[in-house]
Amino acid sequence: MHEYSVVQALIDLVEVEARKRNATAVHSLRVGLGELSGVEPTLLATAYETFRDHTICAGAALDLRAIPAQWACPRCQLSIARGALLQCNNCGGPARLVQGDELVLESIDMEVH
Amino acid sequence: MCEDCGCGDVEVVPVEVQKRILGRNDLVAKHNREHFYQHGVLALNLMGSPGSGKTALLEATARLSGGRLRFGAVSGDLATDHDGERLRKAGIPALTITTGTACHLDARLVHDALHDFPLDNLDVFVIENVGNLVCPAIYDLGQTANVVALSVTEGEDKPLKYPAMFRAADLVLLTKVDLLPALPEVRVEAFAEALARVNPRPLILPVSSRTMFGMSHWLSWLYALRTSSRAAEPRVVESHP
Repeated sequence: MHEYSVVQALIDLVEVEARKRNATAVHSLRVGLGELSGVEPTLLATAYETFRDHTICAGAALDLRAIPAQWACPRCQLSIARGALLQCNNCGGPARLVQGDELVLESIDMEVH
Repeated sequence: MCEDCGCGDVEVVPVEVQKRILGRNDLVAKHNREHFYQHGVLALNLMGSPGSGKTALLEATARLSGGRLRFGAVSGDLATDHDGERLRKAGIPALTITTGTACHLDARLVHDALHDFPLDNLDVFVIENVGNLVCPAIYDLGQTANVVALSVTEGEDKPLKYPAMFRAADLVLLTKVDLLPALPEVRVEAFAEALARVNPRPLILPVSSRTMFGMSHWLSWLYALRTSSRAAEPRVVESHP
């Protein structure tokens, strides 16, 4: 259940960003979560509900944006089908992850005076 | 203040951040990586299920190396010092990082352990992670390479079930291959194929810490990586964004 330590890091990051802008409250957060990030969306949401009390995120909704994994050949740009061997059908070179390992705080809706 | 009329009402504004949630861990990991590089030490993050044979592998590796490669290790353990004791008996200076309920090591825990761990006379520093195929995968510790121990009894589909772990593996050591005669339905090729569906540069070495099968290949891999990593600046870990 590393989702709890991820939530702790998330709340710390929100606090830093909110303080930077003298925000008085945080209304919502948007988090990009890659399919290969190693973090389970439902567990993350549960951990968030548990830990946000008495923090700057107490009243902030968590909006999770799921990002599917996508592989492609960096040379030929050919995309690799889901579940296939991670090699280019054209040149045989190793595929590269285009997206899907994100664990990112994308944006915050915050209240400012 | 409200921009329209200056009435003093609060205003809710969307703020773009686009920062990695584990960014603070990444910074400490970068610091660890530089520390290893300055000491000319190859650092490995050794991961795998509980009971996959990580400690036995290190014991056998030290035995085979016979002092030609000087090893040091920290072991992540929820509650005991058993692995640390075994490693010290095998001649590997080792510290235990007791994680309590935490299911993984992070860069800060490794950093703090390094304060008590002289690296000067070491060639290879192994971070033996907590036995777990899920949580350790997402924390960069500052290692040069990820090595995952997967035993033949765990099932050929494990790379497909734990893609975040196996995607990041620079090397998979298929352990306990001495048991294969008792497991006629298990095929080494099936492990390799599953790995190739989650890892674009799949490398798998069948080994046995008991019979020492394949262990010289593993040792050669260590030598080669040590040479190439000494020549190169600490690599930048690729991740999005």
